[in-house]
Amino acid sequence: MPFIPHTEQEIDEMLEAIGIKDTDELFEEIPSHLKISGLDGIPQAMTEMEISRLMHKRAAQNREAVCFIGAGAYEHHIPAAVWQLTTRGEYYTAYTPYQAEASQGTLQLTYEFQSMITALTDMDVSNASLYDGASALAEAVLMAVRGNRKSKSRRILLPRTVHPDYRKTTDTIVSGQNIELVEVDYDRSSGTVQLDALKQAAGDDVTAVVIQQPSFFGTLEDVDAITDWAHENNALVISITNPLSIAVLKPPGQWGSNGADIACGDGQPLGAPLSSGGPYYGFLCCSQALVRQMPGRIVGRTTDVDGREGFVLTLQAREQHIRRSKATSNICTNQGLVVTASTIHMAILGPRGLENTAAACHANTRELVTQLTGIDGVRAAFNSPVFHESVLLLDRPAGEVLQALAEQNILGGYDLGMDYPELGNAMLVCATELRTEEEIMAYRTALQAVLAVETPHKEIA
Amino acid sequence: MLIYEHSRPGRKGAPQAPISKADLSDIPQHLLRKDRAALPEVSELQAVRHYTRLSKKNFSIDTHFYPLGSCTMKYNPRACNSLAMLPGFLARHPLTPDQHSQGFLACMYELQSMLCEAMGMAAFSLAPMAGAQGEFAGIKMISAYHQSNNDDERREILVPDAAHGTNPATATMCGYSVREIPTLDNGDVDFEALQKAVGPQTAGLMLTNPSTLGVFERQIEKIAAIVHEAGGLLYYDGANLNAILGKIRPGDMGFDVIHTNLHKTFSTPHGGGGPGSGAVGVSARLKPFLPVPLVVEDSGNYRCLSERDAPQSIGRLSAFMGNAGVLLRAYIYMRLLGKSGMERVSEFATLNANYMMAQAKRRGFQLAIPDRRASHEFIITLKKEASELHVTAMDFAKRLLDLGYHAPTTYFPLLVPECLLIEPTESEAKEALDGFMDALEQIREEAKTSPELVTTAPHTLPVKRLDEVSAARNLDLRWKAG
Repeated sequence: MPFIPHTEQEIDEMLEAIGIKDTDELFEEIPSHLKISGLDGIPQAMTEMEISRLMHKRAAQNREAVCFIGAGAYEHHIPAAVWQLTTRGEYYTAYTPYQAEASQGTLQLTYEFQSMITALTDMDVSNASLYDGASALAEAVLMAVRGNRKSKSRRILLPRTVHPDYRKTTDTIVSGQNIELVEVDYDRSSGTVQLDALKQAAGDDVTAVVIQQPSFFGTLEDVDAITDWAHENNALVISITNPLSIAVLKPPGQWGSNGADIACGDGQPLGAPLSSGGPYYGFLCCSQALVRQMPGRIVGRTTDVDGREGFVLTLQAREQHIRRSKATSNICTNQGLVVTASTIHMAILGPRGLENTAAACHANTRELVTQLTGIDGVRAAFNSPVFHESVLLLDRPAGEVLQALAEQNILGGYDLGMDYPELGNAMLVCATELRTEEEIMAYRTALQAVLAVETPHKEIA
Repeated sequence: MLIYEHSRPGRKGAPQAPISKADLSDIPQHLLRKDRAALPEVSELQAVRHYTRLSKKNFSIDTHFYPLGSCTMKYNPRACNSLAMLPGFLARHPLTPDQHSQGFLACMYELQSMLCEAMGMAAFSLAPMAGAQGEFAGIKMISAYHQSNNDDERREILVPDAAHGTNPATATMCGYSVREIPTLDNGDVDFEALQKAVGPQTAGLMLTNPSTLGVFERQIEKIAAIVHEAGGLLYYDGANLNAILGKIRPGDMGFDVIHTNLHKTFSTPHGGGGPGSGAVGVSARLKPFLPVPLVVEDSGNYRCLSERDAPQSIGRLSAFMGNAGVLLRAYIYMRLLGKSGMERVSEFATLNANYMMAQAKRRGFQLAIPDRRASHEFIITLKKEASELHVTAMDFAKRLLDLGYHAPTTYFPLLVPECLLIEPTESEAKEALDGFMDALEQIREEAKTSPELVTTAPHTLPVKRLDEVSAARNLDLRWKAG
C-alpha cells in the first residue's frame, strides 16, 4: 500500500488494542447510507517508474520556447544551491513554527528574510510573506484602510498603469468591505499616471494611492511628486515594485520626502522559477507606525531564559487564531518555502549581484527595443523612460503576430489588446539577463519575416 | 549567528550574475537608487554552510514524528517534488499560450476531475493559494449566489465555536457578521441552538466534519436540511478530510461548497508555513461562480478559462494560476495512490489515531471525548496533571521536543482545557506511535519525581524557552548595521 507501513500482524494488534474486529468499525458513527463503496472514478495506482515516465512526457509536451514575456513573472538565473538547500527535508517538510525551540532554522531564516527585504525596499518592517504580489496588494489596501485614521472615505486611487490582474485580484478580495477602488487613467504619450489625473480622481478625501514602479508598461512614474502630493493630502502611499529592480531604482522607502507607507510586490524575481505562475510569494513592508495593522506572520528576535539569542513568531494578537473574527486578515500560512529559496538567493547574489542582474535586464531590454523598433511597422508606444520592460506598437494585430512567433518557439511578448484596447496593436516585451544577443537577433529576424508576409488584414487596409 | 555576521564589505560571492554593471544613463538620476542595499556579502560556500546548519535547527516530517493535530503531517513523497521540478514545468511562463502548455494543462484538468470524484462535487477550481484563501473563495461564492437571486437580506454566517480561527476571520473579510454555535460535551453541534440561530438572515454555515474535536458530526443530515430549508448554503472546511477520504464525500453529506487543503490530504509540503493550496469544489448550482482560471477540455485540447469566459465568476485570486507547482505535486501524489491507495488513507489515518487513543486510555490519560470513536485525531486533556502536578500542556509539549517528538497541537480547540490535539497520519509505523505514548508516560512520571525537568524543558535544543513577551514589547524585526 503506498506510503502505509503497517504489516498484517501490526494491523491485528492495533485492532485488538482498540477492541474492534476490522477497520470498518472505525467508521461506525458515519450514517451507513452516506458511505461510498469506493472511488470508482479515480485511476489505478501508478508506480514511481510509471508516474515518472508520464511526467517526463507531460513536461516535454510543454513546448520549449525562448521567452520575451514578463508582465509580472520573469525568467532569471537561479543558483543551483538555492533549491538544493530549499528542498532539504528540514525546510521542505516542517510546518509553521508554532514550537519555536524546534523551529529555529525556519524562524531565523525568516528574520533574515525580513532584514533583506526591508534593506531592499528601505522600509522599517516586513512580514514573513503573503501568497503573491496581487494578493499582497489587496492586503496592503485593507491595511491602509485600517491604518489611515485621517481619512474617512475608504477611497483608493488605483492607476491603470498597475498590473491589470493585480487590480482584478484586489477587487475580488476587498469588494465585500465597502472600499471604493477608483481607476485613474494614464497619459497616452508617456504611459504614466499624471498628478492632475490623480488630483481629479481624489475628490475631497483619499485613503491611499497605489503606484507601481516600474509600471505594468515598464514606464517610470514620477514617484517623488506623487508620494509628496499624497502625503500633503493625508493619503497613504502603497508601492508595488519588482524587488530586483530596486537594487538599482530608488526604493519605496526613499520616495518623496517621507517614503511610501506600505511597500508590496511579488518576490518571484528573487529565486522562484516561472513554474506556471506559482508558488511565488508576496512581500509586504511598512513603516513602523503601521506595524500593528500588518497581516500575516512576523518573526522577532528575543532571548531564551539563559540569555541566548533566539527567534519567535511575534505580535500574534493581530492574527486569526487569537482574534478570530476581529483579526487583521484570515491569512494563516504564508509562502515559507519560496521565502526560504529567496533568502538564500539574495544571500548568494549579494547586493552587487542583484544590481548587476537588474542592470543587465535593463540593458538587454533596451537592446531588444532598439532592434525591434528598427523594423518597419514597429514603434515604441511611449516617450518616457522605461526599465526592463516596454510596450511596442505593431501595424498588425498583436495576437496574430505573437501566435506566428510562438509557432517558431519565440514567446514574443504579452498581448495588451484585452486590457488596453485603446492602445491598438500593442504588446509588452521584456528581455531578462538570460536572453543572449543571438536570441534577440533571432527574434528580430522572425518578427521582420512575420510582418513582411502579406495578410488579409493588410489588403483590406 | 546571522548571515549578516559572515558578511565583509567587498566580498563577492560567485559567478552567479553579470560581472559588471551595465550602463543605466538612460534613466533619470532622480529615479535611481543612491545607496547600496544592506544585503549580506558572503561567499557561496558561506551561504551554503550557513543555511545547511540553520536547517538542522528544525524539526520536520523527514526527521521527526510530527503529530500536529489538524495539520496532517504525513510523508511527502520525494518523487512528487522531483517530478514537479522537471525543467519543462519550471520553465513555463504563466502567460505561455495554451497550445504550448498541453502537458501542464492536462495535469491540471485531471487534478480537477480527480478532486470532483473524491469529494463528490460537480466542479473544482484550483485557484486558491491556501486553505484560508479557499475559505474566502467559498464564502464569496455563497455571497455571489445569494446576490444572483437578489437575496440581499442574508448577512450572517454561522460558525461552530470549535472551528478554526480562519472561519470567522474569513466570514468577516467577506462582509458578513458571525454567529457562533455552541458545541455539546459529546462533540456534536448543539442542534437546538443551531435551530434557534438559523433564519432568513442566514447566508450559510461553515462546518468542519469531522470537527476539530476529532469526532464525526453525526447529525450532519439534519444540519444540512435545516440550513437548506432556511435558504442558506453549507460550507465544508476541508481541514480534516484525511479522516474520511475514500469513505464518505462532502458532496454526499449535502455540502454546497468545500475547500481542500492539498498540503494536508494530498501531501504537498508544508514548507515551514506554506505554500499551501486550497482548491475549491462546488455543487452544480454554484459552478458559475468558481474563481478563475479554470481548465477545460475540448476534443483532446486543454485550455484555460478566464473572467471573460466566466462572467459570473467571483474573479481572480492571484495574478496567474495560484500555486501551480503545488498543484503538480498533489497531482503526482494522487496518481501514485490511485483508487485503492486513496481509499486506504482514511482507514489507516483513523486506525492510527484510534490505536493511540486506546493506548492513552490504557495508560491513564484523560480523553476529551472518551466514549466516541476518534477520527484521524484525538484529544488528551491534561487538566488533572495541571492541577495536581502543576505541569501544563505546554510543559508536556516542550519536554516532548527533548525526547525527539514534535509536539501535538496545544491549546486548540479552545473548548478543551490543557489539551493536546494528536494526529498521527497514516504514514507512521506502529513503533513511532508506541514510542510517542511511552514518551508521554515518561513525562508524566518526571512530572511527579522531578517536575522542574518538565517545567523548564526543553533542555537539548539550540535554545531554551524564549521570551515572547519581550519579543512583542521590544520589537526587533530586522537586522541593523552597527
